[in-house]
Amino acid sequence: MLQVENLVKVYPSGERALKGCNLTIEGAQVVAMIGPSGSGKSTFIRCINRLVEPTEGRVVLDGVDVTALGMARLRRMRRQMGMIFQEFNLVERLTVMENVLSGRLGYVSFLRALLRRYPRQDIAAAFRLLERVGLAGYHNNRADALSGGQRQRVGIARALVQQPKILLVDEPTSSLDPKTSRVILRLITELAAEREIPAIINIHDVSLAQAFAHRVVGLSAGEIVFDGAPHQVSAETLNAIYGEEDWSRTIRPVTEEGEETADPPATPPIAAGVP
Amino acid sequence: MSEGTEQVWRRHTRQESLQRFSIQFGLTAILVWAVATLDIYWPFALDAPRQALDLARRMVPPDWAFTPHVLQPLLETINIATLGTLLAFVLAFPIAIMNARNTSYNVLTFWVARVIVVATRSVNELVWGLIFVVIFGPGAMAGTVAIAVRSIGFVAKLLAEAIEEIDRGQVEAIEATGANRSKVFLVAILPQIMPAIMGVAVYRLDINIRQSSVIGLVGAGGLGIVLTGAMNLFRWNRVAVILVAIFLVVVASETISAALRKRVT
Amino acid sequence: MTPPVPPTPAPELTWEPPHLIPNFWWRWATVLGLVAYLAYASTALDLNWARFVHGLPRAWDFISRMVPPSFERWELIVSGGLESLRMALISSFIGVVIGVPVAVGASRNLSPWYVYLLSRGYIAISRTFPEVIIAILFVKAFGFGAFAGTLTLVAAASGFIGKLLAEDIEDIDPGQVEAIRATGAGGMKVLLYGVFPQVLPRLVGLAIYRLDINLRASTIIGIVGAGGIGSALFHSFKRYDYDFTLAILLVIIAMVMVAELVSTELRRRIQ
Repeated sequence: MLQVENLVKVYPSGERALKGCNLTIEGAQVVAMIGPSGSGKSTFIRCINRLVEPTEGRVVLDGVDVTALGMARLRRMRRQMGMIFQEFNLVERLTVMENVLSGRLGYVSFLRALLRRYPRQDIAAAFRLLERVGLAGYHNNRADALSGGQRQRVGIARALVQQPKILLVDEPTSSLDPKTSRVILRLITELAAEREIPAIINIHDVSLAQAFAHRVVGLSAGEIVFDGAPHQVSAETLNAIYGEEDWSRTIRPVTEEGEETADPPATPPIAAGVP
Repeated sequence: MSEGTEQVWRRHTRQESLQRFSIQFGLTAILVWAVATLDIYWPFALDAPRQALDLARRMVPPDWAFTPHVLQPLLETINIATLGTLLAFVLAFPIAIMNARNTSYNVLTFWVARVIVVATRSVNELVWGLIFVVIFGPGAMAGTVAIAVRSIGFVAKLLAEAIEEIDRGQVEAIEATGANRSKVFLVAILPQIMPAIMGVAVYRLDINIRQSSVIGLVGAGGLGIVLTGAMNLFRWNRVAVILVAIFLVVVASETISAALRKRVT
Repeated sequence: MTPPVPPTPAPELTWEPPHLIPNFWWRWATVLGLVAYLAYASTALDLNWARFVHGLPRAWDFISRMVPPSFERWELIVSGGLESLRMALISSFIGVVIGVPVAVGASRNLSPWYVYLLSRGYIAISRTFPEVIIAILFVKAFGFGAFAGTLTLVAAASGFIGKLLAEDIEDIDPGQVEAIRATGAGGMKVLLYGVFPQVLPRLVGLAIYRLDINLRASTIIGIVGAGGIGSALFHSFKRYDYDFTLAILLVIIAMVMVAELVSTELRRRIQ
């Protein structure tokens, strides 16, 4: 499905953000990427759709070498990758519906975009998605009138209306409170499972990562230092990734409402290259 | 007994004093040079107040019967200003996009846009008026184009600044959906700069009304032509009426413009 | 999570994109009105494509006669430029000198109502008319040359400084003025110690800004005979000496750009 081979990113300032990362994802896996700030998580995920250009390495999605594409074909490829952002990145002055429909921009002509005459199936899909993420009836509200959690739901709907083959999620819950964070993460993982598409989720809350993901990848200083099942994340692992700390509080998923367990989601994915 | 050194309060340190003195000296020297070398024929200068009074007396009472002849040029002035501003906006948009660091296509177009902006801003409307009168002949066409060209630099500069200040995250999100540059501009950038566009449009229209009343002095249409005509015939009462017309239209434009800009920002 | 705004009723499968002007009739009225106005205005001004196209060969002829610029009569340029510079300097200085009392008079917190009205009236008249018009009037009154030009710029500058400084004076901290009054000082001393220290930085900035504007203006009021490099420019047009025109224009652009750079830099340092 997705193969990342020897991904290297060196910024013009000389900073080596990624030092040769390898990752393979098969099937509809939810992969959580953990690591401290500056470890390269954002860079990694942006290299996949080339919002950041890799210095070296290959990214292959569904057999197509993304890194070798010219601009026009890259844009066509981006349609198949839905991205969800930490700061939501909605166009504030537009309504919810316009924001969701903007996910279809890769598919419609400029004229249609200008007149906002999107195809009927797109509008129907948008309505369905809004209902699915719990925002039925909000389609005419302006984006900047929504709360953080609501905006992220719009962001999720926007990513999914693209009918992507993969979800790239960059710290979706860093700007949200703990309760909303769980709700949003559950929404993302459920939707990914429903559509049977993989998702890479950058996240800094390790307990959330363990609760919702099938697989955890740990990034530290631009290198992947851990790649395994959630229950395999131990204190030593976290030391390797984050440095020395008392990790006892972080590892056990917190069972506040009694609905979270330490087990991964019900449908087991095809196991990827776990050492 | 005290040592003999008294506490002296100095407002400035020695260095500051020296600085202040040199600045004041420098300024005075420049002024003296300017006044000394300015070519003024002093008999005329001393006669000035009497001359001014004489002129003022000749303007009063204003020739109100002339008013109908002022209306058409007044309308022409307003039209020149409006069409000129509109034309300027249409032309300034692509230049603004080229002039903004985050949307510029490449280094060459960036500098070309910069040069256009600086050139059109540095040359006054009257001079543009002269140029276009030579090219298009006297009349409102020269005036409209002159106003338009002069406004391009102003509008493009302010719009470019607005574009440079947008939230990049929104642009990133739209790029991630696979949209090309023009769609990204349409959906992610344009909505963000809408308030700026409105504000700049109203602001420039106000300035242009003022300028349009003047370009007739070089033959480019509007009230300026009637003004020169009346002055050349020494019909000062008519000049007074025209001046009143200019005053009213500029004040009206300024008030409306200020009110609109308050609503937009 | 409580929604901050109530949602609209159940969604239908059609969606109407939001418009700038929601009401259908107002929207179309505005659009038609705009189109009608454009049609009317362009015919009223006799703007049409034919005339534009007709002008293009003349434009080309014009440009080819301008290039290359001719600096043959550079003495005229230098003398004109210097005269513009002098006019700008003197008029800025006198403009500030006059502008300060005007500003004091135009501040509601400092003056009685009749002085206030008078000052505001002066400011209104001097700021409403473009400099060129004031220049023409002064030329008619005082004759051609730099005298009329300097007076024009003094009038414009004093109104400019008067208005902007008055805005600043009206914004000052009344507490400081009160404190000075409480010491028993009156009138001028209150101004000197209570008001001016607060507005002085801005005054300096305004003065520099106005010098820049005056320099720009001084280069063109010569077109109507008020002195400076503008008259050389105007005459070159009349005599079809377009290469000389370009030379003068380049010098004007250079002067204006240098002035703007110096002005922005100085103002930056002061704040």
